[in-house]
Amino acid sequence: MTNALEIEGLTKTYGDGFKALKGIDLHVAEGDFFALLGPNGAGKSTTLGIVCSLVNKTAGKVRVFGYDTDTHLSDAKLNLGVVPQEFNFNQFEKVFDIVTTQAGYYGIPLKQASASAEKYLKKLGLWEKRDTPARMLSGGMKRRLMIARALVHEPKLLILDEPTAGVDIELRRSMWTFLEEMNRQGTTIILTTHYLEEAEALCRNIAIIDHGKILKNTSKKALLQQLSLETFVLDTEKTLDAAPELNGFPTRLDGEGALEVEVQKGQGLNQVFVELERLGIKVVSMRTKANRLEELFIRMVEENAAESTQTVEGAA
Amino acid sequence: MTPQALFTAFSTIVVREIRRFTRIWAQTLLPPAVTMTLYFIIFGNLIGSRIGEMGGFEYMSFIVPGLIMMSVITSSYANVVSSFFSMKFQRSIEELLVSPVPNWVILAGYVTGGMARGLGIGLIVTLLSLAFTRLSIHNLPMMVLTVFLTSALFALGGFINAMLATKFDDISIVPTFVLTPLTYLGGVFYSIDLLPGFWQGVSMANPILYMVNGFRYGILGVSDVNPFVSLGMILVFISVLAFIALRMLERGKGIRH
Ligand SMILES: Nc1ncnc2c1ncn2[C@@H]1O[C@H](COP(=O)(O)OP(=O)(O)OP(=O)(O)O)[C@@H](O)[C@H]1O
Ligand SMILES: [Mg+2]
Repeated sequence: MTNALEIEGLTKTYGDGFKALKGIDLHVAEGDFFALLGPNGAGKSTTLGIVCSLVNKTAGKVRVFGYDTDTHLSDAKLNLGVVPQEFNFNQFEKVFDIVTTQAGYYGIPLKQASASAEKYLKKLGLWEKRDTPARMLSGGMKRRLMIARALVHEPKLLILDEPTAGVDIELRRSMWTFLEEMNRQGTTIILTTHYLEEAEALCRNIAIIDHGKILKNTSKKALLQQLSLETFVLDTEKTLDAAPELNGFPTRLDGEGALEVEVQKGQGLNQVFVELERLGIKVVSMRTKANRLEELFIRMVEENAAESTQTVEGAA
Repeated sequence: MTPQALFTAFSTIVVREIRRFTRIWAQTLLPPAVTMTLYFIIFGNLIGSRIGEMGGFEYMSFIVPGLIMMSVITSSYANVVSSFFSMKFQRSIEELLVSPVPNWVILAGYVTGGMARGLGIGLIVTLLSLAFTRLSIHNLPMMVLTVFLTSALFALGGFINAMLATKFDDISIVPTFVLTPLTYLGGVFYSIDLLPGFWQGVSMANPILYMVNGFRYGILGVSDVNPFVSLGMILVFISVLAFIALRMLERGKGIRH
């Protein structure tokens, strides 16, 4: 089976000499729902920008459904739909015109373009706004407009750079449902997001990128299994003055006086309560500290940062 | 892309360009109509009657071809430079960059859009001039060819200007400091016979002089220069600018990081 996207040895040095990508390798299988995660400035938009011809690469290979962007650019582009991070439509044009014009750029005749625009504007709840100039849409509507525009030529690979930034919870959920539906019908989807909950809910495979390097590229399942440690937050009946010592479980107090307990995978929670019982501490409620993926993510990025400083010091 | 698909992409760009300048007609179509009507009244009627003949024609008839050409030049240039620069500025140029439209089709689309406005204005100004004078046409093919090619040439110029521009000021420098002076000194209002020998020579280095005179030849049958020389010159300029514009698009200068 061909991969929807293959990236090999991709590097990018911007005009000012900044090395945004330092050799990226990525493979995304056809039909996958893939997340590219990373902190601000990690190189996500740069990577996706190169795939969509918005950024010139410095070195490396990009193939979309087997079409090399150096030699078969137009075939690669026909298979690709893009939702960029920043709004990039003409603010004065009407919603319907924006979508049909985009179809025209792909060589789709107006009649067919109009039918396709109607289909996606309806699916994304923008049909009533079709004659509205884009500048008069709300932020969430603008995002959906960009999705409709990216789909109008029915690409096999859809790339979304933070599609749900600035979108309220309800709309976010409905966008998730929409994307899941697209994916079920066969569209390969790659997205970047800062909401790890989003990646956890939607994606099958995940790559973590930081400082222009891929730190991890694996299935979400494998990634979550790696998470060997989980932090629980316990609210106690009486506020504690100091963190109690629990046999085998590191503890600390958080800013609000709640008790944080670290539990290794396989350790089990029962023992935590036995220990607390022994100390006479009564627990009123309990929750996990953060989204699990988030915890893993933060740890990886922190480790990477520590390593980078070490290398810098080593070099000095 | 198949030839049909290429044509669809091309006409999509042209239609969008035409939609843009007709949507903002009060900024694009109205001003030249007003300005040129003032020129006709003041230079043609009021002052022109005192000037007498120029190049063997009454002054009004003499300046009409020049004024039509002047508005065609200005509008063709202005359309492409402002449309393409604002696409860059709003980043909606990315809509084209992600699509499979080849660069030459992008360029052809913008140039045709600029020509649509330039020639549209030319037509409006011609119709307005009929309220002041009678127009006879001496050589229709020469007239049509000159005005079409000149319009294409300045649309190309506007495109290159927009590619190079990084801020809004950059798109008014060339029109104000280059195009306007060259047009005024390009024989719109006078025949260079009136000038002393030295300044005649200098004027011959002004490309716009050739275009104005070529067009005037098509209408009146008089010209300061050989109209075929001016056609040839416009063609050479078009090839050079088209080559430069395509190279810039290929490199993505100012539009791709
Ligand atoms: N045009 C540019 N010129 C110079 N440096 C740039 C340019 N664009 C991006 N960079 C730098 O490249 C790095 C990666 O940027 P990029 O936009 O790819 O990050 P990102 O992962 O998408 O971040 P975010 O989550 O904030 O969107 C950043 O350090 C950024 O400052
Ligand atoms: Mg980004």
